[in-house]
Amino acid sequence: MKRLLLFLIGTAGLLTLGCSRENPTAIGQGQLQLAFEHMVGSRPLQPGSTTYTNGSGEAFTVTTLNYYVTNIRLKRADGSEYVVPQDSSYFLVRATDPASQVITLRNLPEGDYTAVSYLLGVDSLRNTLGIEMRKGVLDPAGGHQGGMYWDWNSGYIHFKLEGTSPVAPATTNGNTFMYHIGLFGGYQSRTLNNIRSVTIPLGSLPARVAAGAIPRIRLEADVLKVFDGPTTLRIAQAPLVMVSPLSASVADNYARMFRFVGLTSEGR
Amino acid sequence: MKDLVRIALLLAGGLAGLLACQLNHADTDEPVTPTPPTGGSFQATPYPWQPPAHFPDMVYDLSKNPLTYEGVQLGKTLFYDGLLSRNGTISCGFCHSPFTAFAHTDHALSHGIDDRIGTRNVPGIQNVAWSKNFFWDGGVVHLDLLPIAPIQHPDEMGDSLANVLRKVGNSGRYRPLFKAAYGTEEVTSERLLKALSQFMLTMVSANSKYDKYLRKESGGTLTDAEQRGLSLFTQHCAGCHAGPLQTDQRFRNNGLPPAPADRPADLGRYAITLRPEDRFAFRVPSLRNVQMTPPYMHDGRFQTLEQVLQHYAGGVVDSPTLDPQLKANGKTGIPLSAGEQRDLIQFLYTLTDYDFITNRQLQPN
Repeated sequence: MKRLLLFLIGTAGLLTLGCSRENPTAIGQGQLQLAFEHMVGSRPLQPGSTTYTNGSGEAFTVTTLNYYVTNIRLKRADGSEYVVPQDSSYFLVRATDPASQVITLRNLPEGDYTAVSYLLGVDSLRNTLGIEMRKGVLDPAGGHQGGMYWDWNSGYIHFKLEGTSPVAPATTNGNTFMYHIGLFGGYQSRTLNNIRSVTIPLGSLPARVAAGAIPRIRLEADVLKVFDGPTTLRIAQAPLVMVSPLSASVADNYARMFRFVGLTSEGR
Repeated sequence: MKDLVRIALLLAGGLAGLLACQLNHADTDEPVTPTPPTGGSFQATPYPWQPPAHFPDMVYDLSKNPLTYEGVQLGKTLFYDGLLSRNGTISCGFCHSPFTAFAHTDHALSHGIDDRIGTRNVPGIQNVAWSKNFFWDGGVVHLDLLPIAPIQHPDEMGDSLANVLRKVGNSGRYRPLFKAAYGTEEVTSERLLKALSQFMLTMVSANSKYDKYLRKESGGTLTDAEQRGLSLFTQHCAGCHAGPLQTDQRFRNNGLPPAPADRPADLGRYAITLRPEDRFAFRVPSLRNVQMTPPYMHDGRFQTLEQVLQHYAGGVVDSPTLDPQLKANGKTGIPLSAGEQRDLIQFLYTLTDYDFITNRQLQPN
């Protein structure tokens, strides 16, 4: 255990050195937006009563879709990357809150960016820090209305999808299914690690961050991919997934739900 | 598998590195900017807090939450206030009584809001500055995050942290207390939780007869029976109930027979880790003040220390996850004659810290 800890500290040190090359004075005034567009197959997601059908032929509605987008990095064509400072790099996207679906990154170095990557979920380190490091959307009292923190098995819920389906068992709230995917790898004992990294290459044109324009990277998030990915998730068989081993398969599925759909530019 | 661990650690390490090179970014959509608990030149009164000389290094980082008289007082007020529960009836102190080392002796299982009964025996609170993990299953690893669980548990205080913050913020009683502790009246998760931590950090038990024995102080002379009990304890118990904290803070299956059929099996640590070897493993409790904290075991099944020792002497049930120390030499349990059990109990009584359970500073105002 001690050796692992040393390894971790060493790695942290090396990476600190690595990123110190990103000279703070090089930070610019550039801005860039990530816009998440929620779809169910080819139809825009309407949270609430609209009924959709997954690949297994199961009808369902979506009442909640929340997920953390954190630790954002912007890649350049030459392979270098700009790492958004971590304390400015935690966002909670909610399907019922349009404002949360457009993330604006500020103070970026000007230049051309060809890919964006981010963690889907809250990184393991932040999951173990004290309350003073948990502000805004990380506040356990419920940044953005809460429900994304487990108090009994301390850690964030990276991704939450809830809805109804006639194939789900009846509960007092109706025929509901719930996927609450958390777990960050554990602190003193190893647990599942359901943090997923997503890298989205942009199209043939880079996102140009420069004075006078704010490029907006449009990303589609397809809810059907949660059910129909490497693992076929059937609501009838798994109406409730939280900490069971199946949670890792759900995470593998939703990590593939994002794709680049276009680049627009907002004037400023 | 090892590679996976390395990759995970590499990722964690990388993030630690990123954190270390964070830059000051203002004006983002979702700022997550750590702020010190006190603002400006405000200075509360430092609380003189010394760790006992014979204790190991602390786990809690006091530099992130320096103890102050005002902070401890605020935490104490919160600790004994039913406002922290949905209907005002359940305070932290409702289950964690100062007179029983902050445990609860009336119920086998925790008793909370609307007379609801939980699934586990109320653990005591003491020496939390040295705790690496909390609860019978270790699901919480930071003291500051602990109170969220009972506040939000439907069988305990039944509220939400967000609502408790609202109620405390609207309470005239708390405005001067927050101002005194932090310089302004603002109520945040950090301030509320750190104040509770401050009060709990002052719950230090280090003055039992056995402590005095260890420190070679007056009042620390053990009787013959206590001395015999100590020898037995060192031989048979200290492998788990280790050091001055009286626990190694690990998770172990101590061979309890399955719970009554009307109760769903409590898998303990397994619920947190999902590791098969953690099935039925629970956190080794400290034996400090054990005389004062019946009932015993995670489900409170034993009422007396005699019953506990009878379990270890003759009641341990073998299973794939039974702790190896309880099946040494191919036999389950700990060989203890009736006389040895009596001597052991005499020793366990020397772990009672009367200064702690009668400490006026820890009782409600």
